[in-house]
Amino acid sequence: MIYAFYIFAFIAIASAAGILFARRLFHAALMLLVCFLGVAGIYAVSFAEWVAVTQILVYAGGVVVIIIFGIMLTARITGRPTAVANSRWFSGTLLGLGAMGFLITLFVRGSFGNGVMPASDAKFTMVNRFGIELMTDYMLPFEGAGLLLLITLVGAAVIAATRNKNSIS
Amino acid sequence: MIPIENYLVLSATLFSIGLMIVVIKRNAIAVLLGLELMLNAANINLVAFNLAHPERLDGQMFAVFVIIVAACEAAVGLAIILQAYRVFHTAAPDSISTLKES
Repeated sequence: MIYAFYIFAFIAIASAAGILFARRLFHAALMLLVCFLGVAGIYAVSFAEWVAVTQILVYAGGVVVIIIFGIMLTARITGRPTAVANSRWFSGTLLGLGAMGFLITLFVRGSFGNGVMPASDAKFTMVNRFGIELMTDYMLPFEGAGLLLLITLVGAAVIAATRNKNSIS
Repeated sequence: MIPIENYLVLSATLFSIGLMIVVIKRNAIAVLLGLELMLNAANINLVAFNLAHPERLDGQMFAVFVIIVAACEAAVGLAIILQAYRVFHTAAPDSISTLKES
């Protein structure tokens, strides 16, 4: 299992670095898809099956498709494939490496205990337990998330569909 | 059992790469990609800390809600970016500076 973890972690980190160095925006979006799948694999080996499935459904199936739609629509407006320019390499790299060093020293120095294998219950799998908690203890956040999704759907449609008359160019 | 430190180092690396993408890229959609990467890094931490308390599911539950909110954020963000494209004919966040005093 630890080898599976390392393989998935390598996939996630390599494709994330690929986004950083990608020239074309479309390639960056595809590498983001690979990164999401790698992270879903990480969830799957750490007893979070439901989170892994949600990650694949929502992120890999939804968010990446929306982003690719956005890339294609903006490319249609400008009329050329979207190449990403980079700027501030020095300050960006400095900030990234600084954050990485800070977080890793913090995490390695602190003691967070060890993971425990979940008690394997023949009656309830992890997904069963998740569904039961979602319908009992987490009922209110669940409904709130549904309301938030509805508001977002309406809001995104309204924002994207409004035609602006006085265009500044 | 995978040590929790492995998860934390992985998520710190992914978060830093996301931060670098947000700072370096000069396209609003690329900045959005970096944001999604940072949210994923936070989610890895939530799932990892849930491993230390397997009798509860709070961490995984929180991760699922973070995923939902991230999907909302991506949809609204892309709608705003498309609208900004129509008005300004560019997606570079630096060149959209109408509100800046000059």
